[in-house]
Amino acid sequence: MSQKEWPLWEVFIRSKQGLDHKHVGSLHAADAEMAIQNARDVYTRRLEGVSIWVVESKHVHASNPDDAAAFYEPANDKIYRHPTFYTVPDSIKHM
Amino acid sequence: METLELTQEEQFQARIDADTRIEPKDWMPDAYRKTLIRQISQHAHSELVGMLPEGNWITRAPSLKRKSILLAKVQDEAGHGLYLYSAAETLGASRDQLLADLHAGKAKYSSIFNYPTLSWADMGTIGWLVDGAAILNQVPLCRTSYGPYARAMVRVCKEESFHQRQGFEIMQTLSEGSAEQKAMAQEALNRWWWPTLMMFGPKDSESPNTEQSMKWRIKRFTNDELRQKFVDMMVPQAEFLGLTIPDPELKWNEAKQGYDFGDVDWAEFWDVVKGNGPCSRERLQARVQAHEEGAWVREAALAHAEKRKQRAEAARAVAA
Repeated sequence: MSQKEWPLWEVFIRSKQGLDHKHVGSLHAADAEMAIQNARDVYTRRLEGVSIWVVESKHVHASNPDDAAAFYEPANDKIYRHPTFYTVPDSIKHM
Repeated sequence: METLELTQEEQFQARIDADTRIEPKDWMPDAYRKTLIRQISQHAHSELVGMLPEGNWITRAPSLKRKSILLAKVQDEAGHGLYLYSAAETLGASRDQLLADLHAGKAKYSSIFNYPTLSWADMGTIGWLVDGAAILNQVPLCRTSYGPYARAMVRVCKEESFHQRQGFEIMQTLSEGSAEQKAMAQEALNRWWWPTLMMFGPKDSESPNTEQSMKWRIKRFTNDELRQKFVDMMVPQAEFLGLTIPDPELKWNEAKQGYDFGDVDWAEFWDVVKGNGPCSRERLQARVQAHEEGAWVREAALAHAEKRKQRAEAARAVAA
């Protein structure tokens, strides 16, 4: 019981050509190659993917939920960034 | 300090009430974290131990088709265990510790897997009944309040549906087969019916955690609600198969628009929970043995990874 735990890896899968890789979960593996092989078995048993990325979890840096207000709320009062903010006369087409 | 804590807890409950999912880095009460780690890891252990009763029949499946299906199903269960362990780890639990607790007999898993699989019909019954019950338990968990758990359950539920259908197909094939085959299906149903009803857990009146878990929206239905749903769902399916549910008290109740049914043998339930099921010792032993016999592989893989890393670094140093 003394041995070290295999490192944890985050797994990202591209479900089909043309789409982004998306986070699907994590798994343990001794190295990157094994992480990709394990990800194939754990997360793509039913054609869920055409490409796999793995990143060792310790390398992921995340924003702090406590900063959410300061981070995201400034966008709230900038509705002029959305096209629906502007009125376009009915007679104008293709806009 | 105390008022601040209270506010945090109230804010947390308000988010739950608004059906906002809780994510790993969000503040959460310790008890919420502990409850989730316990529930998710028990669930993961159940998937892991759940491979054993079915693994018992892989080499004796009646055809190559059935064998391939059973292999795929058992592999799915390993996968489900892994999705769930990884969800538990987002709460700060360590995988090795969770497994150590299972192997030491400290952690629980679903009692159903402590019953033996005596005939091929048990493979049908497990898929149809046991996975049917699991699905009822699991579908509401796709909306459970903790994000990683809910997402893992979405994957599990998608795959579980194949498990139930392949089980039903085995039961249908046996039921439409020879008299001996039909008798085999009935005999399996007779053995598995009551243990399956136990899967929903103790009666609501004996389940002290339910209220808090409902408040936190970890759980969405009570044990008794799900048990009732299950019986109402299974009776017509058993009728279709021409099989008899082994409960003399089973009767349609027009007023409640559901079936009345007999009481589970709760003494047996608690006995199995305490580790005295017919296969409890065998299951745990098989798990511990697999883990111990795999130790050298885990160590060797780590050593190999370390060696390759050092070689790559040395090569880079030479090149530089």
